[in-house]
Amino acid sequence: MCGVCGCGEGEVRIDGKAADDEHHGHFHGPHRYHSEPHQGHDQAHSGHGRRELVEVEKSILANNDLDAGVNRMRFAAEAVLALNFVSSPGAGKTTLLTRTIEALRGHVLVAVIEGDQETANDAERIRETGAKVVQINTGRGCHLDADAVGKAYDALECEAGTVLFIENVGNLVCPAAFDLGEACKVAILSLAEGEDKPIKYPDMFAASDLMILNKVDLAPYVDFDMDKAEEYARRVNPTIEIIRLSATTGEGFDAWVEWILATRIAARARADGRSDIAQARHA
Amino acid sequence: MHELTLAKCLIDLVSEQAEEKGASRVTRIHVRLGVLAGIMRSLYTCYTTAIRGTICESAILELEEVPLTVRCPACDEVKAPPGLYNFRCPDCGTATHEVVTGREMQLVSVELDYDDSPTPPAPHRGAPAHAPTIPRSQ
Repeated sequence: MCGVCGCGEGEVRIDGKAADDEHHGHFHGPHRYHSEPHQGHDQAHSGHGRRELVEVEKSILANNDLDAGVNRMRFAAEAVLALNFVSSPGAGKTTLLTRTIEALRGHVLVAVIEGDQETANDAERIRETGAKVVQINTGRGCHLDADAVGKAYDALECEAGTVLFIENVGNLVCPAAFDLGEACKVAILSLAEGEDKPIKYPDMFAASDLMILNKVDLAPYVDFDMDKAEEYARRVNPTIEIIRLSATTGEGFDAWVEWILATRIAARARADGRSDIAQARHA
Repeated sequence: MHELTLAKCLIDLVSEQAEEKGASRVTRIHVRLGVLAGIMRSLYTCYTTAIRGTICESAILELEEVPLTVRCPACDEVKAPPGLYNFRCPDCGTATHEVVTGREMQLVSVELDYDDSPTPPAPHRGAPAHAPTIPRSQ
């Protein structure tokens, strides 16, 4: 997709260049943009009005961050643990989710917000498990934003204490910048990918609290060095936690379920205004 | 294409300021970007699309890049790591996750022009971004 006008015409790229460059007259270097407004600026000078410099000091994502803050407060008030699943397309987010829902059955209530550009296929797969689910279709958008997640959360009508999984659009770049109000991001990397993804797409792994190495059952068949992948992840995020599992065979699932339940307790403790340490001391 | 979203967020934020002040047009937009934001060049690219038809249409975009610094827990000092994604203290090698500068995406200031005749500000707003559709479950 063309990142400038948002039209679909510029999707085809050959050696990094837009295949239909001519159609896109705007595909030029950045400095031209600087000179064009300069003319307007000079024209503005010719007027007889006054000019004022206003200090703003606000984040560009201030509006999203505001919405995310509202979501976070609502999650805390309703003791909902929200986890934001991020990965490339095909890393196994939906399969991981369906198996996780089965594993958590009887322990906690689960709800899911599905994010995809198009189709409700993933929501259908989740619905078959019996969990509450809402599908967000972002159209041309490459990430979920806090406003859409807030609206989806309204539609879910979760009960207190629910674990809410937000399956972001499969994309290792853009969702890193958008806070949804989640407790933390969970990055999923599968053995069918390259082990150097954490250093190729460092923002996502730097922004995540947990990395799941999925599809470990493929280890005998693929050339993927799990130790190396973990080392790369820790290089961009020294405090990241890592769990190896297979959503297909269930290997490693106990550690994952334990992580979810422990994170839920920690999140509730924070929401109650107590630190993890204080809670542990009282336990 | 989240750069276009970011560019539109920026222009919305600036337009809000300009309209609140009753300005006629925005002439300059000063933005501070951390190197980890990674959108320096692409924000330029999306900028002209985002300002089209808004009160910012003739504004110059000024980008200020902020280098990466981290706090080393061992030295208890702010240091500049050797690489963009190598969060280690350059002196003692301790790994740290505490980024001090480098993640900024901040609107610093705007320069506004006012015409002589006090006319009410026109509703200059960029077209809303593609609104996601959220069907109800079940």
